[in-house]
Amino acid sequence: MQKHSIVSSPQSAVNVKTLVTPRGVTLWLVESYAVPLVSLEFAFRGGSSQDPADKAGVGMLLASLLDEGAGDLDSQAFQRALDERAIEISFHADRDAMTGRMRTLVKNLERAAELLRLAVNEPRFDEEPFIRVREHANARLRHDANDPGSVAAKAWKANAFPGHPYGEPTDGSLESLALIERGDLVAAAKRLLARDQLVIAIVGAIDERGAADLIDKAFADLPAKADLKPVAAASFARLGRIDAIPLDVPQSTIRFGRPSLMRDDPDYIASVVAAHVLGGSGNMTSRLFREVREKRGLAYTVFGNFYAYDHGAFYYGGTTTKNERARESFDVAAHEIRDVALKGLSDEELEKGKTYLIGSYPLRFDTSVKIASQLVHIQLEGRSPEWLVERNRQIAAVTGESLKRAANRAFGDGSLYTTVVGKPEGF
Amino acid sequence: MTSHVPAATQVANFTLKNGLEVVVIPDHRAPVVTHMIWYRNGAADDPMGKSGIAHFLEHLMFKGTKAHPKGEFSEFISEVGGQENAFTGSDFTAYFQQVAKQHLKACMEFEADRMTGLVLTDEIVAPERDVVLEERRMHCDTDPGAQLGEAVQATLFTHHPYGIPIIGWGHEIEGLRRDDALAYYQRFYTPENAILVVAGDAEPDETRALAEDTYGKVKPRGAKPERIRSLEPPTVASRLVTVSDAKVQQPNWQRHYLAPSCRTADPGESEALDVLGHLIGGGQTSLLYRTLVVDEKLAVSAWAYYHGTALDESRFIVNMTPAPGVSLETLDKAFDRALATFLKEGVDAGALERAKTRLVADAIYARDSQSDLARWYGSSLAIGQTLSDVEEWPIKIDAVDAEAVMAAARRWLDHKPAVTGHLLPLEDEAA
Repeated sequence: MQKHSIVSSPQSAVNVKTLVTPRGVTLWLVESYAVPLVSLEFAFRGGSSQDPADKAGVGMLLASLLDEGAGDLDSQAFQRALDERAIEISFHADRDAMTGRMRTLVKNLERAAELLRLAVNEPRFDEEPFIRVREHANARLRHDANDPGSVAAKAWKANAFPGHPYGEPTDGSLESLALIERGDLVAAAKRLLARDQLVIAIVGAIDERGAADLIDKAFADLPAKADLKPVAAASFARLGRIDAIPLDVPQSTIRFGRPSLMRDDPDYIASVVAAHVLGGSGNMTSRLFREVREKRGLAYTVFGNFYAYDHGAFYYGGTTTKNERARESFDVAAHEIRDVALKGLSDEELEKGKTYLIGSYPLRFDTSVKIASQLVHIQLEGRSPEWLVERNRQIAAVTGESLKRAANRAFGDGSLYTTVVGKPEGF
Repeated sequence: MTSHVPAATQVANFTLKNGLEVVVIPDHRAPVVTHMIWYRNGAADDPMGKSGIAHFLEHLMFKGTKAHPKGEFSEFISEVGGQENAFTGSDFTAYFQQVAKQHLKACMEFEADRMTGLVLTDEIVAPERDVVLEERRMHCDTDPGAQLGEAVQATLFTHHPYGIPIIGWGHEIEGLRRDDALAYYQRFYTPENAILVVAGDAEPDETRALAEDTYGKVKPRGAKPERIRSLEPPTVASRLVTVSDAKVQQPNWQRHYLAPSCRTADPGESEALDVLGHLIGGGQTSLLYRTLVVDEKLAVSAWAYYHGTALDESRFIVNMTPAPGVSLETLDKAFDRALATFLKEGVDAGALERAKTRLVADAIYARDSQSDLARWYGSSLAIGQTLSDVEEWPIKIDAVDAEAVMAAARRWLDHKPAVTGHLLPLEDEAA
C-alpha cells in the first residue's frame, strides 16, 4: 500500500510569492537558486481570437515579429544581441492569449531585461522581417496543406465553430496572410499589449527586488488598458455528422469531438477525470489505448481530451488507422466514448484515475520553464496560487455519483462531430 | 570564458558486480526522480533482414513478465501518477519512468525484472506488429518529406546500417516474429550491456544500495554482447535523390555529408564541427540565414546541424526551404557559393564567440531539467563516452578556435561527396 503515499501537491517544491512591483505590476515569483538562470513567462489575454475577421494570422505574425527588431536594433542586430549572451526571448499566439518567454543566465539578467523591454515596448515591424516572416508562414501553410493531421484538425475546427474565431486557423491561410499589412500589426500591438491583460511568473535565481526591477523595466511603461473586442460564446455545429476529406495516403486520420463543460462548471473537474480514464494523452492504460491499440492493433496513437477555452469548451480526440480498418477503429473509439457518457466509470477506474491525476501533478513542475509556464496558465484561468493545493483537493473529492453526472453532461449521448482524411473504407 | 562555466552537479558513476553501470545525477529541487535504463544496442544492430526489431522489441517490452504479467508495470506507474515511455535510436534503446522519489525502488524492481523475464505469445505479438505498422504509416508512408528523408539516409549510408530507418522497412516489419524478438532480447538485454541513470531527488549511496538490491540480482552473462556492424566505405560519388509527389505544395532542399562522430573524430574535431554547424546554420545570425534568407531572399528558412552523438561515422546536415519561384537547382548553387565564400573569408571572430557562448549555455540550461540531463548522460555513455567526456564538453567547445573550424570545414564539407535531396511537386505531364 506504500504506492498510495504520493506527493499530493507541487506546493512542497513550489513556494509562490505574489508580488506587486513599485509601479503596480503584479507577478508570481518562485525563488530557486540551484541553477544560475532565470525563467520568465508571461501572457497577454486576447490572442488569436482578437484577429480581425478576414485577417486570421495577425496574432501569429505579431508574436513572430516582436523579436525581429526593436528600438535602435534592427532584426539582425537584435538577434545578435540575444546570441551574444545566449539570451532566449520568444513569443507565441494562442487562442485566448499571446504568451512570451525569456530565459537567461543570471549574469546576463540586466541585458536580457533591456532586450525584453525593447521587444515589448518598441517593436519596429520593419518591412524586411515582415515580408520574410510572412513568407516563412506561407511556406509552413503550404507544407501542411496535404499533411493529414493538419488537414483533419483544420477542417474539424472550421466546421465545428463556423463564423467564430475558434473556427479560424491561428496560423491564418494563404489568403488571409496576403491581406495583412504592417499597419495591422502596429494596430494589434497597440490594442493588445497592455498591463490590464498581463500575467507574469518568474522562476529562478532572483530575489523579490530583482524580480520587481526586471518586471517594472520590461512592462511598467505599457499602456494601462487594452482594447479587446468582445468574443461571443462559441456554439458547436454538425454534431452527429462525419465529413470525409479525400487524400491519397494509405492511412486515415480521424479527428472527433463534441461540446463539453466550461472551466467554471461545478462538474468540470470530474469530467477531466473521466476523460483521463477514457483516453487521456500519455495514459498507456486508458480505455481507448487498450481497446484501439493494445487489443486490436488498430493504431499507434489514440487520444481524447477536454479543451476549456475562455469562450467555449469541447472534447477533441483522434486516431490514425490504415484505410481498410479505419471504420472499425472509429467505431471502437466511439463505442467507448458512448459507454462512459452513459455509464460513467467503474469504481476501480475512478480511483485509479484520481490517484494518477493527483500524483502526477508535481511532475508538471520539475523545471523552471515548466513551473513558470504552469503558473501563467493558472493565472490565465483566473485562479490564485491556492490552486496548487486546491486542484488536487477537488479531484480527491470526485465521487462515483459526481463523475457519472459530469460524464453524462460532458459527453451527452456520446454523439460526435468527426473528420476523416485519407481513403477510408466504410465512411 | 572557461572559468565562467559553473561546475556541474556532483554526478556519481559506478559499476555493480554483474557489470551494470550506474550514473546518479542529484537534483533535490523537487521530490521527484527520473529512472532510466539504457541498453547499448539500437536499430543499427538489427540483424540483416530483420530491420525494425530493436524498435519492435521496445514496444513488446511493455507486454509483461512471468513475475509481473501484462500491464502490471504500467498500471503501477499510472496509479502512482508517474510518467513512462521508451525510445529507440540507432545506437541505443532506453526506457524511463518519472515518479515521486519513494517509488524509485519499485521502478528498479520492475525494470530489473523485465531485463530477463519478458514473456511473449503470438497473441500479443501480432496486434503489436500492426501497431508498429500504423506508426510507420503515420510517420513515413503518409509524408513525402519523411519519405525523402529515408531515401537520402539510405543513399548516404550505402553499407553501414545507419542507412536503414530506425523503425525498419515496412516489408521486413511485416515478417518480424516472436522468435526474432526473443532472440534479439536474449542477446542484448543483459546487465553488462545496460546503463542505469537516476536523476533527481536521489543520492549516490542510497541509489547504489537500491540498485544492488534489485538490478544486482540479475545474473551476469560473463561478457558484453558485441556490436558487429559493416563500416561505410569511402566514397567519391555525389548523389541527387528526388521525391516528386502530388501532395507536395512546398518544395524542400537538403544536403547530407558524411562526418565523423564524437567517437570516430580526431581530438577536438567533433567540437569544431559542433561550432561549424552553429556558424553555418544555427539560428538567424548564421551564415546561411543571413546570406540566403535575409540578403539574397532565395530561401525562407535555412538551418544546419552536426549530429555528433553516434557510435560510427555520422552526418552533417543542411536544410533549406526555397522562396516562391526559386528552383532547387538554384539552391544547390547558392549553398555551394555560400560555403565557398565562407572557406575563403574565414570565421568572423564575433560570430565564433557567439556560437561558443550559445553552445556552452546549452549545457547550463540543460541542468534545469533532470530528464534532459538524464538523456544527455545516458545517450553519451551508451555510445561509449565517459562521464568526463560529457563534463568537459563545454571546455572543449570553448577551446575551439577559428583554425579548427576552418580545418573541419575543409576536411568534411569542401567539395566532399554528399547526398542532396530534392522534394518536389509532381509535374503535370499532360501540359
